[in-house]
Amino acid sequence: MVEFTLWDIVRNLLLAGRWTVALSLIAFVGGGLVGMALLLTRLAKPAVAGRFVAGYVQLFQGTPLLMQLFLSYFGMGLLGLDVSPWFSAALALTLYTSAFLCEIWRGCVNAVPRGQWEASDSLALSFGEKLRYVIGPQALRIAVAPTVGFLVQVIKGTALASVIGFIELTKAGTMITNATFKPFTVYACVALMYFALCWPVSAWSRRLERRMRRERI
Amino acid sequence: MLDFGAVLVDWPLLLRGAAFTLGLTAIAAILGVALGVACGWARAWGPKPLAWVVATYVELIRNTPFIVQLFFVFFGLPSLGLRLSPEVASIIAMVLNLGAYAAEISRAGIEGTPRGQFEAARSLALNEFQVFTRVVLPPALGRVWPALVSQIIIVMLGSAVCGQIATQELSYYANLIQSRNFRAFESFIVATLVYLAMAVAIRHLLNWIGPRWIYGRDPLGGRAAAGH
Repeated sequence: MVEFTLWDIVRNLLLAGRWTVALSLIAFVGGGLVGMALLLTRLAKPAVAGRFVAGYVQLFQGTPLLMQLFLSYFGMGLLGLDVSPWFSAALALTLYTSAFLCEIWRGCVNAVPRGQWEASDSLALSFGEKLRYVIGPQALRIAVAPTVGFLVQVIKGTALASVIGFIELTKAGTMITNATFKPFTVYACVALMYFALCWPVSAWSRRLERRMRRERI
Repeated sequence: MLDFGAVLVDWPLLLRGAAFTLGLTAIAAILGVALGVACGWARAWGPKPLAWVVATYVELIRNTPFIVQLFFVFFGLPSLGLRLSPEVASIIAMVLNLGAYAAEISRAGIEGTPRGQFEAARSLALNEFQVFTRVVLPPALGRVWPALVSQIIIVMLGSAVCGQIATQELSYYANLIQSRNFRAFESFIVATLVYLAMAVAIRHLLNWIGPRWIYGRDPLGGRAAAGH
């Protein structure tokens, strides 16, 4: 029987960790784009799109990410598409991220004082100009800290992709456990690697938040 | 084509799963919030070493995925001689998870207590425990109640993962149904909608319970006096 040293375990987990990072980045960037599109639609046409976007957000925030992954995985098969865990996981996580980011950013836009909208109205700025020159820059400053904070949720969310067979850190942990029979060591290593990924991001988000609060006072 | 009938025929299984999920959530919510409040107290006012231990626990939990915490408890702890049933492992993981988030939330509430309230409470000769449980905690919980409710719902939704270690909750039964009739998409759609309904129901329920029994009953009967 092959003996697995601690280094073998850590090395294989690190290799799989690349896919956790890759999937997180895809979901975060993709979710950011979709979320921004949703937010702009909602701001431009509050009467028509407001309800739809609110329903979309409620749907993704009120259901388990695991179910969303299953639906993406099996739904794609139903449409006759070639289902790869990669694509299903990226799709589900992108939509999930977009709903949360849309809601976070909406809060940031709402935090910009109403007077700013009225002032830019009185300057006869178009909708695009208002966002580009007045509201956007102010909302962006407020949005940075919570957006970075949400990245942690995305990284942790990718762990669920293991359930539909996407081989990332958690799935690699399960596979290595089945080969080594050392669940305690392996899952402790997996947890520490997630911690090593997420903790710096959390700390960064907290620092941004503190700095912003100082500037405001 | 989609065939929801094939899934809905098994409604007793879905009902049993949903009830189990609600049960898990109820236990985890009570124990988790209690753990969170204790940890929030330790971080705000506790002795330094204890505050440090709690901070480490909170950071460890908040920066690792729930599924890894669950696998660690269920698969990892038996090698230390601690063999757990899937249900107990699920509850332990959910309580530890909620506890960490609730600690941060309740700490924010506790730290928002105005100084004058302590001084008033001390001048009434209340001891430390009474000051905390009667003067500080109820309004602190009131301040952070919406955040706490959201976190409980997140933990309820997260419990879908517990089906992966064969805890017989809703997602476990959705999986069981689809393995029998091969209607995977329909089965998970139904389960997802049940989760959504439960999330909405829990939010309404807790928003109703909170001001009545959790943080509204202040010792002076202020709410009654204010004519609520």
